[in-house]
Amino acid sequence: MEFPGHFNYWIVIVMMMAGFYVVISQGNLVKKVVGLNIFQVSVFVFYISMGKVDGGTAPIIHPDWTTYTNPVPSVLILTAIVVGVATTALALALVVRIRRAFGTIEDDEIEAQEEAQS
Amino acid sequence: MISSNLPALQIVIPLLSAPICVILRDRRIVWAFAQLITLFAFGCAVALTVQVLQTGPISYEIGNWQAPWGIEYRIDLLNAFMLIIVSAIGAITMPYARVSVAKEIPQERIYLFYTMYLLSMTGLLGIAITGDAFNLFVFLEISALSSYVLISLGEDRRALTAAYRYLVMGTLGATFYIIGVGLMYMMTGTLNMADLVGRLPGVAHTTTILAALAFITCGVSLKLALFPLHLWLPNAYAFAPSVVTVFLAATATKVSVYVLLRVFFTIFGGVDLFIDSHLADILMALALVGMFTMSAVAIYQKNLKRMLAFSSVAQIGYMVLGISFVSVLGLTGTIIHLFNHALMKGALFMALGCIVFRTGSVDIKDMAGMGRRMPVTMAAFVVAGLSMIGVPLTVGFVSKWYLVLAALEQDAWWIALLVLLSSLLAVVYIWRVIEVAYFRPVPEGAPPIKEAPLSMLLPMWLLTGGAVFFGVHSTLTVDIARAAATFLLGDRQ
Repeated sequence: MEFPGHFNYWIVIVMMMAGFYVVISQGNLVKKVVGLNIFQVSVFVFYISMGKVDGGTAPIIHPDWTTYTNPVPSVLILTAIVVGVATTALALALVVRIRRAFGTIEDDEIEAQEEAQS
Repeated sequence: MISSNLPALQIVIPLLSAPICVILRDRRIVWAFAQLITLFAFGCAVALTVQVLQTGPISYEIGNWQAPWGIEYRIDLLNAFMLIIVSAIGAITMPYARVSVAKEIPQERIYLFYTMYLLSMTGLLGIAITGDAFNLFVFLEISALSSYVLISLGEDRRALTAAYRYLVMGTLGATFYIIGVGLMYMMTGTLNMADLVGRLPGVAHTTTILAALAFITCGVSLKLALFPLHLWLPNAYAFAPSVVTVFLAATATKVSVYVLLRVFFTIFGGVDLFIDSHLADILMALALVGMFTMSAVAIYQKNLKRMLAFSSVAQIGYMVLGISFVSVLGLTGTIIHLFNHALMKGALFMALGCIVFRTGSVDIKDMAGMGRRMPVTMAAFVVAGLSMIGVPLTVGFVSKWYLVLAALEQDAWWIALLVLLSSLLAVVYIWRVIEVAYFRPVPEGAPPIKEAPLSMLLPMWLLTGGAVFFGVHSTLTVDIARAAATFLLGDRQ
């Protein structure tokens, strides 16, 4: 039962590596941001999975329930989501400015132009 | 009332004044306001340090939520020292910023510069003050996001790509850090650092905790630009506005080194995982390679800001080397170098900022005869440069002295030798500039230039003077650094 029991964590690892790979391998700056997002979302899933208690319900006190899911990781991830949104917004804003300054958002073309400049 | 709430004010005042800058708009008023706030932050840091020296570590519960459930700010000698470094550099850079920023950043964006500057300082102070592992991540991102914006304000279009690359690397680093924190939370159920110390020993043998340590080390190393994770740094420092380079070079990477210290010796203080996992050996190897290769690369740089940026990566090697000794002397060397490097690198980048202000160039070929054209600026560059090399009577010597002592204490004489040899590389890259500036004639037809304005010279000489003062009266800072190192290592010595 190890494997199915850890299903969420396997998904987390797959997403994390997929996102990381996109960041490294893609030359397009917007695609890199997408990769970065996938990478971050995998961590959100990781935290939320970790807070889940078997048979637990939402942490609202009610006489019918005694087991509750741990709300702390979810709350932490709310913060992390906000940070993630801000990062994405800033990254995309930078891409817009880069496109205006270099006329392209392909990493290798930008690098060629930078090299010519120095 | 105020004195008991100082830890909160240290963060809240700069944080709230950042949006106020957006409302104030006028660049002169915003500057005066930001100067006031940075001075307040500095006063606050000094007051906190005095309190810590008198009464020992301070614990402050934010919003009266009891630790370990609420967020705790915990200030001991080490973070009090960090608070002083960050806020002092923040306050000293401000008078320098007024004219430099007016020259390098478009009028309509100047108020945004000060907003981001204050936010960045808030983030760095927050990292230093917090006693909560997740809260540290939030401050890490506050300081990082605002520094991406600060870097992208550079005039050169390459500043934009530098900021973008820093953003990608920085986000990866910060995310690695929260993965590590998550793994620790999974095993211990707590995020409070002081609470983690007590709970980690029970689960320290698990691979989960080992993975947590690996993720955190890797993430923070990205942030502090440890060789070979430094790729974002050279361009970010080279193309950012001068003031931003001064501030970030003197504070941002230092605060990340502090995070490493905190993780290794406070959070993982109760377990020997740091030593058992050979992490110290790995860090030592990377530090030594970084010291040499980065100093060597610095020698070949034409852009002087880029040269100093590579030198920064090499200097981070020294700090990490001190950590890897895991001894009081080594940590003393690291902690003292945090302060000393902030002084001298700040002064060196300020000197380059003065030259940019008058000539608009930091290319080595435009430095010919600069010793005669801008004598006061170049004199500061020489003094701070000597300190970078590690000449006696400067702060650079004090740091290297303790690193060498730490190496000799463990009979690692070859490391002591390597520290000295790598200083020779610093001689080469600093001498290169001095040679061009003092022994080459002023090019014919070069327009006459004046010395930089007083408001830029004074902060620069304050830092340069500090580099000499604390080199001569080294006991002041060494005592604090040694006490902090002893406290960090606790009964492990």
